[in-house]
Amino acid sequence: MSMTNQNRQARTTLKLVGVVLSMFVFGFALVPLYDIYCQVTGANGKTASAYVVPEEGLAVDPDRWVTVQFLTNNNASMPWSFRPEVRSMKVRPGEMNQTTFFASNPTGYTMTAQAIPSVAPFHAAEYMHKTECFCFEQQVLATGEAIDMPLRFIIDPYLPESVQTLTLSYTLFDITDTTASAAAE
Amino acid sequence: MSAVIENHHDDHHHGPDKGLMRWVLTTNHKDIGTLYLWFSFIMFLTGGCMALVIRAELFQPGLQLVVPEFFNQMTTMHGLIMVFGAVMPAFVGLANWLVPMMIGAPDMALPRMNNYSFWILPFAFSMLLSTLFMEGGAPNFGWTFYAPLSTEYAPPSVTFFIFAVHLMGISSIMGSINVVVTILNLRAPGMRLMDMPLFVWTWLITAYLLIAVMPVLAGVVTMMLMDIHFGTAFFSAGGGGDPVLFQHVFWFFGHPEVYIMILPAFGIVSAIIPTFARKKLFGYDSMVYATASIAFLSFIVWAHHMFTVGMPIAGELYFMYATMLIAVPTGVKVFNWAATMWQGSMTFETPMLFAVAFVILFTIGGLSGLMLAIVPADFQYHDTYFVVAHFHYVLVPGSIFSIMAAAYYWLPKWTGNMYDETLGKTHFWLSFVGVNVTFFPQHFIGLAGMPRRYPDYALQFADWNMVSSVGAFIFGFSQLLFLFIVIKCIMGGKKATDEVWEGAEGLEWTIASPAPYHTFSTPPELPERSMA
Amino acid sequence: MARKESKLGAGQRLKTALQWLIALAALSSSWQALADWSALNMTKGVTAISREVYDLHMLIFTICVVIGVLVFGVMIWSMLVHRKSLGHEPATFSHSTKLEYAWTIIPIFILIGMAVPATSTLRDMYDASGADIDIEVRGYQWKWQYTYLSDDPTQEVKFISSLLTPQDEVYNRTPKREHYLSDVDNPLVIPINKRVRFLITSNDVIHSWWVPDFAVKKDAIPGFVHEAWAIVEEPGVYRGKCTELCGKDHGFMPIVVKAVEQAEYDSWLAMKQQEALQVYETVGKTWTMAELMETGEQVYAQACQSCHQANGQGIPPAFPSLVGQGLAIGPIDAHVDIVVNGKAGSAMQAFAAQLNPAEIAAVVTYERNAWGNNVGDLVQPRAVNALISSEE
Repeated sequence: MSMTNQNRQARTTLKLVGVVLSMFVFGFALVPLYDIYCQVTGANGKTASAYVVPEEGLAVDPDRWVTVQFLTNNNASMPWSFRPEVRSMKVRPGEMNQTTFFASNPTGYTMTAQAIPSVAPFHAAEYMHKTECFCFEQQVLATGEAIDMPLRFIIDPYLPESVQTLTLSYTLFDITDTTASAAAE
Repeated sequence: MSAVIENHHDDHHHGPDKGLMRWVLTTNHKDIGTLYLWFSFIMFLTGGCMALVIRAELFQPGLQLVVPEFFNQMTTMHGLIMVFGAVMPAFVGLANWLVPMMIGAPDMALPRMNNYSFWILPFAFSMLLSTLFMEGGAPNFGWTFYAPLSTEYAPPSVTFFIFAVHLMGISSIMGSINVVVTILNLRAPGMRLMDMPLFVWTWLITAYLLIAVMPVLAGVVTMMLMDIHFGTAFFSAGGGGDPVLFQHVFWFFGHPEVYIMILPAFGIVSAIIPTFARKKLFGYDSMVYATASIAFLSFIVWAHHMFTVGMPIAGELYFMYATMLIAVPTGVKVFNWAATMWQGSMTFETPMLFAVAFVILFTIGGLSGLMLAIVPADFQYHDTYFVVAHFHYVLVPGSIFSIMAAAYYWLPKWTGNMYDETLGKTHFWLSFVGVNVTFFPQHFIGLAGMPRRYPDYALQFADWNMVSSVGAFIFGFSQLLFLFIVIKCIMGGKKATDEVWEGAEGLEWTIASPAPYHTFSTPPELPERSMA
Repeated sequence: MARKESKLGAGQRLKTALQWLIALAALSSSWQALADWSALNMTKGVTAISREVYDLHMLIFTICVVIGVLVFGVMIWSMLVHRKSLGHEPATFSHSTKLEYAWTIIPIFILIGMAVPATSTLRDMYDASGADIDIEVRGYQWKWQYTYLSDDPTQEVKFISSLLTPQDEVYNRTPKREHYLSDVDNPLVIPINKRVRFLITSNDVIHSWWVPDFAVKKDAIPGFVHEAWAIVEEPGVYRGKCTELCGKDHGFMPIVVKAVEQAEYDSWLAMKQQEALQVYETVGKTWTMAELMETGEQVYAQACQSCHQANGQGIPPAFPSLVGQGLAIGPIDAHVDIVVNGKAGSAMQAFAAQLNPAEIAAVVTYERNAWGNNVGDLVQPRAVNALISSEE
């Protein structure tokens, strides 16, 4: 077996090891890529982070009304009480709306929660602009503590005509354990 | 491997060592090939026993033998063991035995790594199997281990499962790097890529697939590990992650993985059919291009496994169209095999029987795959026994039949003895009947509405489940006959000629039977360009 | 192929199975084998969409069968005729550019022929606008919860729907009745000819809500809401299943949808609203030990038994025993707390969302006084209610 052949083999092997390592990294790169994909397509009805209203404002369509339904749920063993002030609102696209959600912690210890929003139908998610939302941050409530959480949002006037009802769901997750372990590190 | 010819060469021992250490320390591609094949057969029987537990429980409605928790462990372990322990190592074993002999190389390019890549496997699978005896039981979340069932809701043994998967991945990656380096660098002088036998071609492409996707599998189980133990939230919505992300990453690995388990089978069948039709393979070039296109398409169709997760309509349509395209190169292959048989001069020895059954039954699996690609219909098929029937048709009479065909086809070359043809044919017919009785009725069960991974079912599914279970036992027990035939062939039998088969072409048929311990220490002179 | 009567005595079913096999082997078009078409093929269903899907299925199926018959026909012909034993000499051709182009291009046109109707059906399925009724469907390990969305919280009908089949039938102690594993205690009720929109989500792991007759199958994913819809045209009872592996009792959480005339639906809804009111009132009264034990036993069978088992012994370590150890004989406050709030990181759910205060009080009392746990104390529904609504 000639030396040059050995070298060639070593080169091929190294290249392949390089491919292996970069594909391992690519696996992790799928995580941010997936987030971009969700933002572009509205997959899973995820909404964007805080919306900044353009200076000139949004054009209000005076003749169009859209129903926005609010759905609240607790995930798994989350014991908090969590409900919206109103179950649904009729809103005009382009106008700013405000409502409130209530949460309280009936347990005997301090807990941290995160609300996860999801919009149905998916393709309406990108037209749901939230300027203020409790879902942008974690909620920490001590024993027996209650909180009023405001939500301010605008429905984009470009919302497709076919969408007359839009469901905004919040699921409340108990993240006390994960935040505690992160703080301990 | 009884008779072995002593042969001196700088890089190697003087023939095999004696005793156990021969197998532990061996760097000989034939020894390692043998180890891989026996290992995969043991795993095949292990996974098969689990399948029989499943089918025995499903013989009748009601729970008779196992509790649902254990049933889920059985379906999970059956899938993992068959995919990673039986089919993949069997193909690697065949590659070890055959690739150097087919391209005129003295051994694999990286013999020491070859040894490691095999010996990792027994540890990986001991670890996986040991989870059955752990508190909380073995993994019970299906071989696709969807989060959060496999993370927040998993039994404690999930950590061992993750390490076992890592080890299997490392083994496969090392094995496939070896295959690529060997094929690219050690071909006999004058053998161009387009002169290589199709088995070598399909393995080259398979190895590239493995190198590309096994690291992604390693990535996804690493993310799981971090979610479970280090407080990250890749797959938990509460922490800002998404359980659907798991499915995307998993199937980015998983779909190419499906083709990893079938491409080498295409190579095997493309070697066997021309031999027994005594006619050159039809459309060699288009076979190579079709294999490459299937491999390419496998990277861009992954989400057809998850049409019901609620993707945007554009995504559903894209994945539907891309998936349907796979039918084109696959069709080319099937038509080429049929055209190879056409106007041939056929005989039907056991390898040919398995190969022809492969073409027909794999095509049935391919056609049901096409049906599954149609999104609106898939909403009705998804996660029912229709899917179970589909992928078992491509994996059992597909991959497994091709492995058996290969075993019968090359056994005389490996052992120097002919296997017992009557017993071989008996084995084929029992397997053929068993497989169809098992899996064909599952199409009906699925269409009638029985979901997969159910330990118990409503009464209207009872008749066909019973038929299916009977078939599974026929198929399962007939594999003991296969074991007997192989052992009998190793022990002795009619001596095989060097060429073995009348119409066989390729370098491996130019060397003695049994193949000497060291072959092609000096590269062979190629006959004029007729390798294909 | 003479039919032999089975002497195995392994029951009528084995005999039927053998008959099926023989009939199928003898001739695949045997009328006996095809007598019960519903056991062999997809349902046509009861919505316009489900019929479209069925037609699409039959179209692709037919195309696949035709392709299969042609390709296999060529191969079988070849195998019968081009044999060495018949003295057939091998031809020498090994490629044909024309033929290879043909069988690459023709399939593309066939595929386009399939893709066109598939695309239009999919577009119809994805348009869920203009719903008359919105129902939230929420998967739990291992049952479904249905909530009829309403602007008025006091009008909101919400209930759990779980398997009705008793364990005795599953474990073969009593004969299996009709609708074995396909019946639930509280079916979902919807009116016919109304567009019903399902908002599908999950409480824990991924489930999948499938009703074949509506051609609706959508994954229920924790944290996210997916929509599906159906306009059911015929009154009837339609049965479905969970189709995503969700743990131990994945096979034991069926779906039953009752489609009824509008008038019947209205009176059912009114009754449900009345029930909700009654539950609220029962919370107020003082219960006796006997009443609590009686109700508690029923609640236990429905909500606790699948994990903690009928004898309370559980399946350790995932589902601990309640007998003679732990919270069940410990302080009653902690016992109520774990039933109300669940236990983070374990399979124990927060039952406050699923059971009313009276049911929780009853089941806690039952657990403390059954299977030889003679703690002797009880908890009143109003105390549980106070705990749940302490913030309001």
